Amino acid sequence: MSEGHSTYTPKTGIERWFDARMPLPRLVYDSFVAYPVPRNLNYAWTFGGILSIMLVAQILTGIVLAMHYTPDSVLAFDSVEKIMRDVNSGWLLRYLHSNGASFFFVAVYIHIFRGLYYGSYKAPRELLWILGCIIYLLMMATGFMGYVLPWGQMSFWGATVITGFFSAIPLVGDWIQQLLLGGFAVDNPTLNRFFALHYLLPFMIAGVVVLHVWALHVVGQSNPTGIEVKSKTDTVAFTPYATIKDAFGMIVFLFFFAYFVFYLPNYLGHPDNYTVANPLKTPAHIVPEWYFLPFYAILRAITFNIGPINSKLGGVLCMFGAIVMLFLVPWLDTSKVRSAVYRPWYKLFFWLFVADAILLGWLGSQPAEGSYVFMAQMATLFYFAFFLVALPVLGLIETPRRLPNSITEAVLEKNKGGGHHPAGATAAPETKG
Amino acid sequence: MSATEIHDPNRRDFLYVATGMAAVVGAGAVAWPFIDQMRPDASTLALASVEVDVASLTPGMSLVVKWRGKPVVVRNRTEQEMKDGEAVNLADLKDPIARNENLPADAPATDANRTTPGKEAWMVMVQVCTHLGCIPLGQEGEFGGWFCPCHGSVYDTAGRIRKGPAPENMLVPVFQFISDTKIRIG
Repeated sequence: MSEGHSTYTPKTGIERWFDARMPLPRLVYDSFVAYPVPRNLNYAWTFGGILSIMLVAQILTGIVLAMHYTPDSVLAFDSVEKIMRDVNSGWLLRYLHSNGASFFFVAVYIHIFRGLYYGSYKAPRELLWILGCIIYLLMMATGFMGYVLPWGQMSFWGATVITGFFSAIPLVGDWIQQLLLGGFAVDNPTLNRFFALHYLLPFMIAGVVVLHVWALHVVGQSNPTGIEVKSKTDTVAFTPYATIKDAFGMIVFLFFFAYFVFYLPNYLGHPDNYTVANPLKTPAHIVPEWYFLPFYAILRAITFNIGPINSKLGGVLCMFGAIVMLFLVPWLDTSKVRSAVYRPWYKLFFWLFVADAILLGWLGSQPAEGSYVFMAQMATLFYFAFFLVALPVLGLIETPRRLPNSITEAVLEKNKGGGHHPAGATAAPETKG
Repeated sequence: MSATEIHDPNRRDFLYVATGMAAVVGAGAVAWPFIDQMRPDASTLALASVEVDVASLTPGMSLVVKWRGKPVVVRNRTEQEMKDGEAVNLADLKDPIARNENLPADAPATDANRTTPGKEAWMVMVQVCTHLGCIPLGQEGEFGGWFCPCHGSVYDTAGRIRKGPAPENMLVPVFQFISDTKIRIG
């Protein structure tokens, strides 16, 4: 889609001057103004823009918080309380940052599920998808290290448990764990390096986001029908159509975000993290942040040895394997039809997968005892079966519904009940962008 | 193929290989300090050994010292606790290995092998659950030893895993009695 040549024409002298030297205004115009987007994009497609502003918001609030925070195991906890009580507007900036992390993950999960539902990962968008998976991994590392910084009990013990995963690796595990911790247990060196990396990683995310957007602009956006853009009538200009729709999506999203910041600022946190870290006392029940809970449930579901792999290593392998599955999705899905709209069986399995992911999340928050363990094992089995069995097999045996010939045809078919437009005319405004 | 005759391997091949090798070695030499600085530093390693005065511990009493950032429990066990520990059939143990750093790696997990000769009443042990690193509570659980509240691992009076998800017995660190009332750990 971006192959179409530039329609930018510099109007003023200064624009012409820039365009001859460094055509940045042309790049912006071609990418965010004239850029053609499928006319049938729905609100699920606004989360890319929402994620961009969440990243910017996290970086901005994070930089100012770093001006008041002290990464030292003796002072860290108090410096966070100082931010909450003494620093002007500190409470607001910290709540924006901590809840911002949660809403960043809310948006990324919707964004990922949208990709899975509409088959956005299929050729030629495999690399686009993988870049997204890398961003997700970097987000998880950033979120985890950020949670350690307040140096509360959950910070400390979460860091202990998560770095403990690496000790499950045979032979070099203990060496790697000590390399991560800078000692034999979580302590001041750990806090210092986590702070340095927590500051670095968002900029690496920003870098991969540039690649992600670049790849997107080469292959163009997918759309709810999953049919490629074929003619000019299938698209509308990014500005104003997508810009306005994205902006509206952002406002609605920020409304929910603001509700949490102002009315439920600690709802997504854990009260134990307002107790200063104590290396000699473990909280009764360790839970990670909510956005890691499904993976935590998978980790704890492996309570049995699998051949030479003991239960601890098996749990760690399954947990990382659960993320590896996402990377493999473009090649696991054998169907030639992208969108679940035209795939009745895949649609069913997709929603079962969503339910399974939520179930795993809930199980991750429960103690690993009794029937919870069995449920977590079944849910883990389904999680992997979705990727390794359902995705490859459904593509081979499922009969998809008839696909429309083009995006325009799909849009017009949907609006048949409404006003009658000649076939050549563009559709009603509410279906644009 | 080529117009001029060149004998292989020629001087240019040698330069390619030599340059490539130098680049690989150079990259490794540059990368190493960046990895090396992550490892435990001198001040952390300096804490690798602590001395504990245990004169005040009568049978049934414990104390906890911090060693390498982790709690190490020193317990003067009661007669009953020792008896319970010795009475255990090795076949009933989930982890039959002593996990005692003062002994060979394959020593069986007898009660005596979990302690030190002549001082069998004394348990010196890293009080960290071998499951996911929580700290078990002392003198709790059905075996009267340790109980981990996180995920329900139960250890006996010699710190051996008996029930629950933990894979191994709790670690006995390198230690020795440097006098009748002093222990050096590490």
